[in-house]
Amino acid sequence: MLKNIRIALWVAVAVSLVGVSVLLWRADRQERAAAFKPEFSLPDEAGTLHTAEDFRGKHVLVFFGFTNCPDICPTTMAEVAQVMDDLGPEAAEVQPVFISVDPARDRESGLGKYLSAFHPSILGLAGDEAATQAAVGSFKVFSERHEDASAPGGYTMSHSSSLYLLGPRGDWLRQFEYGTPADDITADLKERL
Amino acid sequence: MMNSTAAAFVLAAILPATAFAECVEVTQGNVTVSAAWSRATIGTERPAVFYVTVRNDGSEERLMGIETPVADVPMLHETVVENGAARMSYVEQIVIAPIDAVSLEPGGYHGMLMDLQTELVEGTTFPVTLLFEKSGPVTIDTAVLPLRAREAACEEAL
Ligand SMILES: [Cu+2]
Repeated sequence: MLKNIRIALWVAVAVSLVGVSVLLWRADRQERAAAFKPEFSLPDEAGTLHTAEDFRGKHVLVFFGFTNCPDICPTTMAEVAQVMDDLGPEAAEVQPVFISVDPARDRESGLGKYLSAFHPSILGLAGDEAATQAAVGSFKVFSERHEDASAPGGYTMSHSSSLYLLGPRGDWLRQFEYGTPADDITADLKERL
Repeated sequence: MMNSTAAAFVLAAILPATAFAECVEVTQGNVTVSAAWSRATIGTERPAVFYVTVRNDGSEERLMGIETPVADVPMLHETVVENGAARMSYVEQIVIAPIDAVSLEPGGYHGMLMDLQTELVEGTTFPVTLLFEKSGPVTIDTAVLPLRAREAACEEAL
């Protein structure tokens, strides 16, 4: 009887050891899969090119959107502005970047003025179609134009709605889903800075 | 004793933050409309947004559309986030179940105010008329909040 229990316990130990190592192996794989470097090379309103490389040493918060979107894009920019305020002096180590997925229209309508109304630190980038698609692809995100008679200008964009966080070496750290409260983003950043 | 003192301090600290003005509220038929707000715009080129809370104290009600003098093309829209991608589209009507409330709020239903006739200036208000199937048109003053606003600046009557 006792012997059976002892065997059962050893089996349980063995099973859980295997389980733990599988979990560790998976976590490691995910970590390595996540360690990629998204790239972009896009101009701001003044025509100055900015690349991911320019922000080495800083954490970069990237959002893909378009300014004709009155709901989800301003709401996210408002959260980012709150995060930048709440970071206090540490805000100097974080660069928020808005990449337009509707660059032709956004270049004309004053992207810089629009974004600085949320927070002066937010950098707006709007390139040509090819450079924009390259950035979208490199981040492994999504954007697509939809013809839509009920939208201004006859079309709307669907786009990935998360905020993406790059580390000081340009490596992908994580994403914050749409609706993540500013407090949670600030807390996450403060732990990393 | 200590606890109630501590509680009083906590309250004193929290109260100013939650001491919103009461929302403008309009009741007609079975519907009560409140917490109407929008964001300031820069110029008139981009569409503005309209958020509001509708409480329905009767049988099923439907919001069929909106009208406002500030925009030539006001429309009901819904933002849907699916597999991490956001898209918004026109909705013909918004159903409000009996004895229930529906909020037009960030990330969901919203009024899309296209072809703006005037810039929306922070601190001002503008009228929006909600067209209900049973209760008829209800007009409410809509507060223009800062571009950075994330919610109504008042306590809604849910
Ligand atoms: Cu919309």
